[in-house]
Amino acid sequence: MTTLLRRARTTGPLVSRIVAALLGGYALAALFSVAVLALPISKPQAVLTGQLASFAIYAGAVIWVFAVRSALKAWIGLLIVAAALAPLAWSVS
Amino acid sequence: MSGLHTWAGLLLGWVLYAMFLTGTVSFFKEELSQWMRPEQPRLTQPLDPAVVAQRVADEIGRIAPGATQWSIKLPDGRSNTVYAFWRLPGGGQGARGFGQDLFDPETGHRVAARLTLGGDFFYRFHFQFYYMSPFWGRLLAGLAAMSMLVAIVAGVITHKKIFTDFFTFRWGKGQRSWLDAHNALSVFGLPFHVMITYTGLVTLMALYVPWGERAAIKTPAERQQLSAELNAFVQAGKPSGATVPLASIEAMVRQAQQRWGTTDAGRVNATNPGDATARIAVTRGDARRVSMSPDYIEFDGVTGKLLAVHDHVGAAAETRGVMYALHLGRFSDLETRWLYFLASLMGTAMVGTGLVMWIVKRRAKLPDPERPYFGFRVVERLNIASIAGLSIAMTAFLWANRLLPVAMAERPFWEIHVFFIVWGLTLLHALLRPAKAAWREQLWTAAALLALVPVLNALTTPRPLWHSLADGDWVFAGTELMCCALAALHAVLAIRAARHHRLGVQSGRKAGRRAAIAVASGEAAE
Repeated sequence: MTTLLRRARTTGPLVSRIVAALLGGYALAALFSVAVLALPISKPQAVLTGQLASFAIYAGAVIWVFAVRSALKAWIGLLIVAAALAPLAWSVS
Repeated sequence: MSGLHTWAGLLLGWVLYAMFLTGTVSFFKEELSQWMRPEQPRLTQPLDPAVVAQRVADEIGRIAPGATQWSIKLPDGRSNTVYAFWRLPGGGQGARGFGQDLFDPETGHRVAARLTLGGDFFYRFHFQFYYMSPFWGRLLAGLAAMSMLVAIVAGVITHKKIFTDFFTFRWGKGQRSWLDAHNALSVFGLPFHVMITYTGLVTLMALYVPWGERAAIKTPAERQQLSAELNAFVQAGKPSGATVPLASIEAMVRQAQQRWGTTDAGRVNATNPGDATARIAVTRGDARRVSMSPDYIEFDGVTGKLLAVHDHVGAAAETRGVMYALHLGRFSDLETRWLYFLASLMGTAMVGTGLVMWIVKRRAKLPDPERPYFGFRVVERLNIASIAGLSIAMTAFLWANRLLPVAMAERPFWEIHVFFIVWGLTLLHALLRPAKAAWREQLWTAAALLALVPVLNALTTPRPLWHSLADGDWVFAGTELMCCALAALHAVLAIRAARHHRLGVQSGRKAGRRAAIAVASGEAAE
């Protein structure tokens, strides 16, 4: 039991980070690509701008997730950015 | 960050290696396709695209009189065939509503050469693989490209001293040398690698991030607006039903050529050809422009009158057009294409050395190098089959092109099956043989197969290397000389692998003993 607990304590944060990077990063990129529609440019240009930039956002998010001290901090960072983007994305969809 | 670099690089590393190498070859896909259709005579003089367009348009009119749409890709001096496709009425569902073929630019008739996918196989495999739906293939390619992007950024952060490391190269020092090689390749090609990875993602971005488009584009008018920013293909409207022959395509292409100066016309698209509502669009070619954003002029298909000029798109669409063009490198002349090829080959080597380094680094820490743990063996064997094995399989594809019966049913697909069967066999071989021997044997096999390509060609076609050289046929001579150069490269790698593994195993044993002592003393301390 204790070994199981110990293993969970060591691998848990790593799994959490991987999920945050893989799914959280993509969600952030997707959210960004929608939020860009709030920019005062034509719809096709906004759509393309969002798509073009999304990969940089995704890569940046993954790097952030693995650069910070703890998995919790990584999630908090992602959520703060998501919270900033969400109202914009909401306003256009 | 070092861990992120290692794992992002390793997990899809084999996929990336295959994508990089087949992509590298794709910069010369037109030339490779020519080599794989030896019956089709080479072009000895430049063609007039306007005349060729008329010829092929007439031929499509005969083959598919009811087509609602057709598109001809005009010759650009790199290809001795003309590709065209057309849609039949009621089409859009499956292959039945759709036709395509290669045409001889001299006669306008269908090409009579052996059936092959040619260089297009490597090109398509590069971003969507095979034996799986293009959708899942492209998704996997995107995931691999994304992990490459992350690995590059994490790699730059990991190796902060990467630029000074670049100037310290230590040959024949085992792990240290692999790291140095990996660093040198990465730094030297870094701008190219970042560019090619990012732009690769951009080529399929509508598939990867469709969310903005889904949220914003809802009406057919909006869809058309977006589509006009991305491509020159005009959706066919409702035909009137009145049969009216097309005006001169040749004259329209001439008008387009006048407008673009020396730049050739790239494509001619027709919607509702033969109908009173016919429209013709002549698109500007990719050569001598650094963007693939739509640039075309539209004609009334019946009167031949110029209707509209579409020569600019919005800023974001132009950015996409430039990134797309940068990835494909089609704007380039021969010198730039060679530069692309070499930079891309370095990228392939960067992925390859990275994969090998994973093994070299861990072998030094193995408690018993003779009996490594399961994961180590898996990586080791996959490395062999995906690096040396891929070279063998790609060369086998060329061999199959020459050796399979010309009249064989499903011939193009059998060439591809041979590629995968041989690749599978290299994996089997890698699993059955000791790693060291497997590396050596596979690299030598690749070297031999590559070196014998000119011999094979001389025996199976009337276009041997000495004729090609004497005639100045640089497509044929170039392909075969390239095979010889690659054979030499594989031979060098085979010799180095044999020598290196001797060193590696010795130092590995020493390190293994040290590690065993360290573990023992560590346990004692606890």
